[in-house]
Amino acid sequence: MTSLADLNQNIQTAARRALADGRAEVVFGYRQGTAPFTAAPHFARTPEDCGQFVWTSFARVNLAAYLPKYPGKVALIARGCEARSAVGQVVESQFPRENLYVIGVGCQGMVDPEAVLAREKRPIREVTEDLTTINLAGDGWTASLPKAEVLRRNCKTCVCRTPKDLADEMLGGDAPPLPADDFADLKALAAKPPQEKMAYFKGLVKDCLRCYACRQACPLCYCPVCFVDETRPQWLGKSNDAMDTFTFHLLRAFHCAGRCTSCGACEAACPMDIKLREFNRLLEEEVQKDWQFVPGASWDQKPPLTTYRPDDEADFIK
Amino acid sequence: MSDFEPRIVAFFCNWCTYGAADLAGVSRLDYPPNFRVVRLPCTGRLNPKYIIEAFKRGADGVWVSGCHPGDCHYIAGNYHARRKFVLLHHMIEAVGVEPGRLHFSWISSAEATKFQEVAREVVEKVRASGPNQSFRKAELDLGLAEVA
Repeated sequence: MTSLADLNQNIQTAARRALADGRAEVVFGYRQGTAPFTAAPHFARTPEDCGQFVWTSFARVNLAAYLPKYPGKVALIARGCEARSAVGQVVESQFPRENLYVIGVGCQGMVDPEAVLAREKRPIREVTEDLTTINLAGDGWTASLPKAEVLRRNCKTCVCRTPKDLADEMLGGDAPPLPADDFADLKALAAKPPQEKMAYFKGLVKDCLRCYACRQACPLCYCPVCFVDETRPQWLGKSNDAMDTFTFHLLRAFHCAGRCTSCGACEAACPMDIKLREFNRLLEEEVQKDWQFVPGASWDQKPPLTTYRPDDEADFIK
Repeated sequence: MSDFEPRIVAFFCNWCTYGAADLAGVSRLDYPPNFRVVRLPCTGRLNPKYIIEAFKRGADGVWVSGCHPGDCHYIAGNYHARRKFVLLHHMIEAVGVEPGRLHFSWISSAEATKFQEVAREVVEKVRASGPNQSFRKAELDLGLAEVA
């Protein structure tokens, strides 16, 4: 793969082919956004629509989140995390495998606009990108940053940059693998006294408005009625109570346990820049340790909370 | 702290631990009266949000107890529950709830003496943790104290 233009060309061709072959009646992907640092989800039903597909580092949502609502055949232009989330939807019977065609793309990681703005203080007029760099332009100046230095937090520990094993078709070159999350910060935190841990986690969510943008963005949150909206009994009050907010984040993370693919859509959607994934990582660590399970890695492995082993260990139970 | 009496919400499975509590009573075994029992058909019925809700409403401790693994009335309910307990126990402690507040046990309906022992242990551990002040909903303050 030589340039981003080539990759875009390949994506558009693959999308047109999927429509023409009848493997899909709609292709999910991204088109250029209307403002810098943005990209919009794009749903192409005709060959002409396919001309707008681009590869972008500013994808915020996870396209797999649109699958459970779609009643027909879909081709998904997927990053690694999106491919894994799509596998999750299939495993959880939210979308039939035979209706899904995965066009995988080797991904260099998504870029965090905040990280770019922290590095470049001058007013930015235009943002473009190549395969591995972000090019900025302002009044009378240009600059470029390597994507690797301004990645989103979740992309720094991505375990599936090249979704070779999950995709029906691969585009783009292999992205070099990154070291997996070692949870070192959480392990250090676990050794601290309870008050400090509580202060840390309550501090993380102190700005939360409970707008539920994280829930809307999450590919796992497809329940017809979410527990936060239930009224009899009402699990969460409607006011901005700190304990209600804390409960929301704990239960949100619990519902994602063993299913979260660390796509970062929740953090990207958050208007208050809350590190939502810290709660998910707590459980991700435990799921990996106890059940050696990696979500979205295979088409036939059940999520850990829907199954059991008679010899599961739980030495804290009296 | 000497006159602090903990309030504990206990979730017991109908077929085992609830029976054990019954047997302990009939056998005149003495155990502390600090817990209020919620009877469940099976520990598999326990949704983690029940536990958090109990704390949120001011419980000082929560105790969940059911059949021994392999003895479930519904064959596999407690196996599924055990996986949820592992995650919940880890998460609750990781976010800074004192380890002495949340307890799990397996007690069959014949184990009245084990019920008595565990009940004493649970109450003592929760008592040692003190009143739950950090992991609960604050009382709504309308500022009436200043007006009155």
